[in-house]
Amino acid sequence: MMRSMTGIFAAGFIAAASGLPALASGPDLSDWAAIEKSASGQTVYFNAWGGSEDINGYLEWVGAEMQSRYGVTVVQVKLDDTASAVAKVIAEKAAGKDSGGSVDLIWINGENFVSMKQQELLLTPGWATSLPNWRYVDVENQPTILTDFTEPTEGLESPWGGAKMVFFHDSARTEASSLPDNAAQLLDWAKKNPGRFSYPAPPDFIGSSFLKQVLSEVIDDPGKLAAPVNEASFESDVEPLFAYLDQLHDVAWRSGKAFPQNYPDMKQKLADGELDIIFAFNPSEASAGIKAGELPDTVRSFTFSRGTLGNTHFVAIPYNANAKEGALLTANFLISPEAQLRKQDPTYWGDPTVLSMAKLPDADRSAFAALDLGVATLSPDKLGPVIAEPHASWMERIEVEWRRRYASGN
Amino acid sequence: MLTLGLLLLPIAFGLFGTLLPALGYLPALGGVALSLDPFRALFATPGLVPAAVLSLVTGLVATILSLGITLLFVAGFAGTPVLARIQHIISPLLAVPHAAAAFGLAFLIAPSGFLIRLVAPLFGMERPPDILIPHDPWGLAMIAGLVIKETPFLFLVTLAALPQVDLTAARRLAASFGYGRIAGFVYLLWPALYRQIRFAVYAVIAYSSSVVDVAVILGPNLPGTLATRLVQWMNDPDLSVRFLASAGAVLQLGVTLTALLAWFCLERIGAMLLRSFGDHGYRFVHDLTVRRLAMIAVTIIGASVFAGLFLLGLWSLAGLWQFPDLLPRDFTLRSWMTTLPRIGDPLVTTLIAGLASTLIAVVLTVGCLEREIQTGRRGGDRSLLLLYLPLIVPQIAFVFGLQLLFVGSGSDQRLTALILVHLAFVLPYVFLSLADPWRALDRRYEIIATALGRSRLSVLLSIRLPMLIRPILTALAVGFAVSVGQYLPTLLIGEGRLTTITTEAVALASGNNRRVIGVYALLQTILPFLAFALAAFLPAVLHRNRREMRV
Repeated sequence: MMRSMTGIFAAGFIAAASGLPALASGPDLSDWAAIEKSASGQTVYFNAWGGSEDINGYLEWVGAEMQSRYGVTVVQVKLDDTASAVAKVIAEKAAGKDSGGSVDLIWINGENFVSMKQQELLLTPGWATSLPNWRYVDVENQPTILTDFTEPTEGLESPWGGAKMVFFHDSARTEASSLPDNAAQLLDWAKKNPGRFSYPAPPDFIGSSFLKQVLSEVIDDPGKLAAPVNEASFESDVEPLFAYLDQLHDVAWRSGKAFPQNYPDMKQKLADGELDIIFAFNPSEASAGIKAGELPDTVRSFTFSRGTLGNTHFVAIPYNANAKEGALLTANFLISPEAQLRKQDPTYWGDPTVLSMAKLPDADRSAFAALDLGVATLSPDKLGPVIAEPHASWMERIEVEWRRRYASGN
Repeated sequence: MLTLGLLLLPIAFGLFGTLLPALGYLPALGGVALSLDPFRALFATPGLVPAAVLSLVTGLVATILSLGITLLFVAGFAGTPVLARIQHIISPLLAVPHAAAAFGLAFLIAPSGFLIRLVAPLFGMERPPDILIPHDPWGLAMIAGLVIKETPFLFLVTLAALPQVDLTAARRLAASFGYGRIAGFVYLLWPALYRQIRFAVYAVIAYSSSVVDVAVILGPNLPGTLATRLVQWMNDPDLSVRFLASAGAVLQLGVTLTALLAWFCLERIGAMLLRSFGDHGYRFVHDLTVRRLAMIAVTIIGASVFAGLFLLGLWSLAGLWQFPDLLPRDFTLRSWMTTLPRIGDPLVTTLIAGLASTLIAVVLTVGCLEREIQTGRRGGDRSLLLLYLPLIVPQIAFVFGLQLLFVGSGSDQRLTALILVHLAFVLPYVFLSLADPWRALDRRYEIIATALGRSRLSVLLSIRLPMLIRPILTALAVGFAVSVGQYLPTLLIGEGRLTTITTEAVALASGNNRRVIGVYALLQTILPFLAFALAAFLPAVLHRNRREMRV
């Protein structure tokens, strides 16, 4: 049902996008040659989280390719939090700087996207679906490409990579047979192994995702999550989630009085034996960690058979971007089969592709098939079903509620 | 005048730029009317009071400990060779950026850290204990992190002021009346000495009660201190939270002022106690234990910073390094190899901002001091307070407003703005480290030179500057170290276009990868160290033909 709905949406967007006249203020997307021409010589300031050396390395490669192919200079502005790029655009709008802005391209999804979309800080109308390489994008099987946290993307952001929640454990320490297969079993496991499981405190992205995973398993009607929060029933809707967390915190790492910072922090704690089960939003994280000497090579992956959260991350162009053409060209390159292939290769990054294997030319398809995903990475068919992200309003409310209950010090 | 303007204008403008949104005025976000709503929202925030109290208490306790250790140590050992030796060991600690020292301490004291690994075999531990350090709710780890950085600072400031009191005479007097070393020092010298260093103490209070990076690395996170929550609010994707953040920045100013007020009360109480002890004639003759404790405290402080730096270095070279291994299973240059090619631009920005702001600061300082000598007017306490103002007003309260103003001006001179903002923080340190040697130089050299018909400028260039080359170079090194360590101003004014080693380090720290943190924290430390090494080494080279000028 969900899938056919998004199919209809997709068709609608594509039709809408192709039927559009030239952009009022931005470049004319129907004339790609003109875009390439005016992009040449531009400098694209790509605001992207800078906390991973692998990702920074990948972006350097993108920069080198863009330079040699199109004469576009791509500079990664390394953020510690995507929201600060959003804040920059706000500050510029505040200052009336409606063109020549300092942010050309943002790595974005979820709350930040919704925020920018609602404040009309994004390049309009939707441009992503007009990119030449859009024809390879897997809109049919990855519903999260067209709805970001249930917010329709409307072509305002271009997909860049997939994400799926996966759990890791060290097989040298933890028996595979003892591992949980759903949130309830995870709680039982944590009770049997006090102090060995935790999650990053929200608003860390991975930590928030864990809350959503539990919520979608324990809420009385998961259908509620596809719509904005219903204020009247919010309390009772999230009651099971917080009942779960109350129990979990009693037996969690540091008794729930502190939480890991983020995924890399959990990775370090798995290596140190402080945590026994950790999780990530990228199935190849563990293999990459083993390769980098950060995790022992006995680490393995598992998921829940009834599904774990999955989503897509995107790139977006602010309304006042200085190098719009260069940004469009870069976004298009990011979804080229070549760039996506390198991105899924765990040697460089290991991020799942947003492209549809069925739509790719034969040579590219076999290149993807030939990728060595690493010893600790589950093959795509073993990743289990995808649970869609709840509407963005849920996360905002849950984060506030979480802080009120656990982080206010009262 | 120019110097004062450069110090005060950014603060005044910045506070203004913070205050308006705090009162609901920020047209871009739909705030066009003044209101108290942001403050209402702020006070309705759960956990606000504990966060503010935590900031206040950790700031005060860290200051009391740092000053106490400094006092007892200087009182116990002033005039002895121990002090001189310790001074040489402690001085370099000043160059270690706060973040690097905090990371080092965290690697040392964490449950999976080095200290526990040392004893793990004795207790048969195969897993790190499940205890809450760092990030303990009392902020003890954070206080420790502040103390290991602020004690060396206060120690060196005190040592700089020490020549202005007559130590030998006071020691002899106290001893002849049968007072213990520490008691004699405290009764006779401390009041005068404290007057000299009290602005430095205020700066420590302000810094400790509003610090962000140390609090993030070592402080409690549930709830965090007020300053860390402010940064979270400023980065909140929900943009209306910016009003709240501005109101919070005003509150932070209030917290720091409260801490200062509390300190004034402590000063009074301390002075009263001192008088009453003196009136009663308490001599505290047997203070050997206290002296030993002070010695141990200083040793622990020095050792923990150096051990922390060593661990940072080890982690930067580590392959797989699991608990409870004392050493990594293998060593690899991978972290350095992947990092070094990427540090070019940040390194250049770090150097340009550091050198430019420091040079301007030195020129301005020399101008001020030269004028002071000409007019014979010392600025007195009031101008000293102005000088300390950028260090006493919490950064977070005005840099945020400055950013909005800078963006609002539509200026493209980002690098210039960055240098100027760094200057506001560099100038006080440069002035403070240069003023005393400048004033102390025997003026008769210049009088003779002037009598011989040399112009003032030529006297300055050929007599004063060469004779003071060592303190000038030291002031340059101090200024450069301060510039390198700036995080918040660089982040906000540089807008991510201008990155320095420090902004890169903190951005990467968000990934919490110990190996990469090791690399960047070491780089962050090496730069100021090089500057200090040059400051120590250059005079020897410059003066190789003038043996008498070697100190």
